[in-house]
Amino acid sequence: MTKKKSKINFEENLARLEEISNLLESQEIGLEEAISIFEEGIKLSKLCASTLKKAELKITELTKELSNISPLEDED
Amino acid sequence: MTDEFKTQILSVSDLTNRIKLSLEQRFSRISVIGEISNFKSHISGHWYFNLKDSDAVLNCTMWRGFNNQVFFTPQIGMKVIVNGKLTVYPPRGNYQLDVRSMQPAGVGELHEAFEKLKQKLDQEGLFDEEHKKPVPSYPNKIGIVTAIDGAAFEDMISVAKRRYPIAEIVIAPARVQGSGAAATIVQSLKQLNRLNDIDLIIIGRGGGSIEDLWAFNEEIVARAIFKSKIPVISGVGHEIDFTISDFVADLRAPTPSVAMELATPDKNDIFVFISQFSYNATSLMKNIIEDINSKFHRIVNSYAFRYPSDLVKRREQEIDFLISGLLKEAGNKILGIKNRVTILTKSLELYNTKKILERGFVLVKQNSFFVTRAAKYNKGEPANLQFSDGTIKVHS
Repeated sequence: MTKKKSKINFEENLARLEEISNLLESQEIGLEEAISIFEEGIKLSKLCASTLKKAELKITELTKELSNISPLEDED
Repeated sequence: MTDEFKTQILSVSDLTNRIKLSLEQRFSRISVIGEISNFKSHISGHWYFNLKDSDAVLNCTMWRGFNNQVFFTPQIGMKVIVNGKLTVYPPRGNYQLDVRSMQPAGVGELHEAFEKLKQKLDQEGLFDEEHKKPVPSYPNKIGIVTAIDGAAFEDMISVAKRRYPIAEIVIAPARVQGSGAAATIVQSLKQLNRLNDIDLIIIGRGGGSIEDLWAFNEEIVARAIFKSKIPVISGVGHEIDFTISDFVADLRAPTPSVAMELATPDKNDIFVFISQFSYNATSLMKNIIEDINSKFHRIVNSYAFRYPSDLVKRREQEIDFLISGLLKEAGNKILGIKNRVTILTKSLELYNTKKILERGFVLVKQNSFFVTRAAKYNKGEPANLQFSDGTIKVHS
């Protein structure tokens, strides 16, 4: 289940890296906060890199996904 | 009676049956070319339409079993060639063509039908930019509508593996050419839309003739793409092929492989982004620390920081001054008190002497000294006799 989690958050993680980069650049950040987000950023970037490295493309056929179905709406 | 009525008198049924026999025999296998008008596809699946030209109209029926084989949906105005047999229907007294097969009268017909439908849907607004949904940058789940055994599917999978293996692919199989293909495409699109977590759909197939690609020009497919709540990328045929699906889709790709490229970020770009981040963040962090360090030193070395010790020194001085002042004052006070004590003592002494004299004693003074013994009196010296009420001088 951890793979699913990191997948779902992948885009969020990358956005967070961008955010951290901007904050560190903005100069309007205190030393302690800077250190904390810097550590967060390094950890996050390692996680993203390893997720990407280890990923294997998963392929499923529709019929197997149908258990995931949402209630029928307008059928024409 | 006139001669007209001497000929054999037939019943309606008789006549009709004769007509039926004659026509059905004569026209048991014919091919007819004409323009489609009044086309209706019944719920039962049977088609009812007219073929016409400038001078005549022919009623036609095409049963479901046969029209299933037609790779396109006839459009009004389209010229087609049909093969079938003529039938006469006595209860209604009309004739119709039971169509067994149908094809466009020429490729030109398909092109024309394409243009017509394109215009119609364009006018309805199905191609408008404002209806196009943005395509997500980092899709977690991508649905593909294509033939599961087709080359297009294989190509798309290999692109996805190379670029973005984090994504999950859901294949919704469909037939991509031939009769009934359009319906399977529509079905797959609808089913993908019913899933909860599909971020993006790609529909596509490899290259082929206009007839091969026709399913992607069908009205039902166009409408299904338009209705899709999930963004759709269309990648049909080769670069030069444009289908109605391409116009309705949220994004058009020239081929299925390119469709998958548009759908996914390249993991190499992501790796670059990540390492750039590490590099930048580290140097920014260094800057911040440098910055704070120099700020700190500046502050420590500035007068404002040293000033407090100067201040303290000044204050110390002031205190010394005050203390010495206080001491002086205290000293003076003490002196004053001492003096007063002396004075008081003296006056006390004086008071006691007075009381003694009042009792009648006399104080004898000679040469400023008090004479306290007779033996010490010098008769030759003058003396002062101090009485309580005055002093008398005695000459020698």
